[in-house]
Amino acid sequence: MSSATDTQVPAAAPAKARRRRGLRRLSGRDRVVVALLLGIPLLLDLAFVWFPALATVFLSFTKWNGVGGLHTKTCLPNVPSILNNGCLYGIQNYHQAVTIYPEFWPAVRHNLIWLAVFVLFATPLGMLFAVLIDRGIKGSRMYQSILFLPVMLSLALIGIIWEFMYSQNLGLINTVIGRNGNSNAIDWLGNPHLNLWAVLVEATWRQAGYVMVLYLAGLKAVDPTLREAAVVDGANAWQTFWRVVFPVMRPINVVIMVVTVIESLRAFDLVYITNKGINGLELLSVLVTSNIVGETQRVGFGSALGVVLLVISLVPICIFLFQTFRRESREGPS
Amino acid sequence: MTTDSSLSGSLPRVRAAQPADSGRPRKPRPWGQIASQLFLISASVLWLLPILFALYIALRPYSETTKYGYVSLPHSLTLKNFSDAWSTSGMPHFFWNSVLITVPAVVIVLALASGVAFVLTRVDVKINVALLIVFTAGNLLPQQVIITPLYRLYLLIPLPSFLSGSGLMYNSITGLVAVNVAFQLGFCVFVLSNYMKSIPEEMYEAALVDGAGLWTRFWRLTVPLCRPALAALATLLTTWIYNDFFWAITLMSSGDKRPVTSALANLQGQFVSNQNLIAAAAMIAAVPTLVVYILLQKQFIAGLSLGSSKG
Repeated sequence: MSSATDTQVPAAAPAKARRRRGLRRLSGRDRVVVALLLGIPLLLDLAFVWFPALATVFLSFTKWNGVGGLHTKTCLPNVPSILNNGCLYGIQNYHQAVTIYPEFWPAVRHNLIWLAVFVLFATPLGMLFAVLIDRGIKGSRMYQSILFLPVMLSLALIGIIWEFMYSQNLGLINTVIGRNGNSNAIDWLGNPHLNLWAVLVEATWRQAGYVMVLYLAGLKAVDPTLREAAVVDGANAWQTFWRVVFPVMRPINVVIMVVTVIESLRAFDLVYITNKGINGLELLSVLVTSNIVGETQRVGFGSALGVVLLVISLVPICIFLFQTFRRESREGPS
Repeated sequence: MTTDSSLSGSLPRVRAAQPADSGRPRKPRPWGQIASQLFLISASVLWLLPILFALYIALRPYSETTKYGYVSLPHSLTLKNFSDAWSTSGMPHFFWNSVLITVPAVVIVLALASGVAFVLTRVDVKINVALLIVFTAGNLLPQQVIITPLYRLYLLIPLPSFLSGSGLMYNSITGLVAVNVAFQLGFCVFVLSNYMKSIPEEMYEAALVDGAGLWTRFWRLTVPLCRPALAALATLLTTWIYNDFFWAITLMSSGDKRPVTSALANLQGQFVSNQNLIAAAAMIAAVPTLVVYILLQKQFIAGLSLGSSKG
């Protein structure tokens, strides 16, 4: 019974010391189990997520139309691009993107507007919903269900559903505001100065419900004695919220911040279903896609745009990882 | 191993930290209450309006909306648009594609993620935290960051013909399952490993004393205890994978292999003159997620909060 005596750790030993069993102490069969349970998913994750993420960085320094191979020669100036195909292009893709690619800066601006609307409208609106519902007023369960409903729908569907609201001559909005005549109808989704805002209404309609549910979960986790103590100390509802409840919800606030930034970088479906993401609805995500699956494949150039997205998204990702795993790495596996 | 069942039966059920719903004794002042109610009622109306309006269009005959416009009182309501959309557009076929993608993907993600989460919480592989970070961060990347090489990769990987008509990962249902699995793994590993940490160490010690190997401790002890978390994740994943649009648009060239949500984009072109049919098709495509939501609302929201409040 050596295995039984093995595991009889003295009761006084710190819990941490016996928490994890090192690989060395595992039997051969158990090691195979570890290798399979961990190995297969890790391989899948590396092959289909991390390898492509790193390959994007590499491809962004090449000039390639997707046909033929890649090679390690530097691109030659002043030769037909067919001869240069697959060559190393240095930072030329980035240089072209910021200097001569007409859609780049509008797309960056649209992504920033998207983020700003999420931060300034969708998130506070979702938080307001959550705070009101959390106060347990009558019908709160019903409100929660209704406000969350759009999160269940695919963004492509949301785009289609809202087209009936925005339709130029027959849509609900133009009819209600009396602008549905042929002469003075407002073309919400076709006018490049208006359509981004129109689509952002759809996006906010969905995002607010998402933020609401995340925030409700956070509010439920707040220790009720904290609120009681604040009330006993004479704080009003506003003070209790801002001075007591909001600060202890730091983890959830970080999650919401990450979700907000990532969702605004990922935004694609709504603008694609509305007008394929052109004519006022350009986003970085659309540009990446159109450069690789379109007819003219500019793999290197599309990758450079992807790297821009990667670099921006690493900021919230790192903040989230730091916040989440700081504690664990300090404790460390025993 | 009869000890296993008695083991899990005799111990208290492990739950995710679900703090008791604290009844707030404080009653908001009456005017505040009224203002809150008014605000939430108007928000709810605004939130339902687009969905109800689309439903209304779907219920009206084409001839009537062309004559009077969408925004008009109904002379008659009909379900004919729904049956027409269903029968003339190949929707059953697209639904079947969605099933073929969503069901295997959800099952595989949950199976793989529970294995990873178990190893990372219960075996010291020295780089546990680093591996957890690799999985978690992978899920947070925007899809467009990885699409370019992934697209090229999919054109390079051959598949046997029973897995793919095209002979490639590209334009195959297998390929869509694979990318959904790889991408969602991170979130599930993160949630499940948080959940598994709450299982008391004493249970594993008892199992060890009984001579249970690592596989037994995983499959017979840990997985059954994680059932609530697995159920919550299953509802979330079903919705997310069913609703996927981006992977299906970029990694599939032929429309007839696409799942229903992205096939709608094609239907939009096909039905361009008959908006009532589009509305009906959109409503039909929304049914599965709405059913999931209505039946499993609790699990769905539990899944979201498992991923967030434990950060």
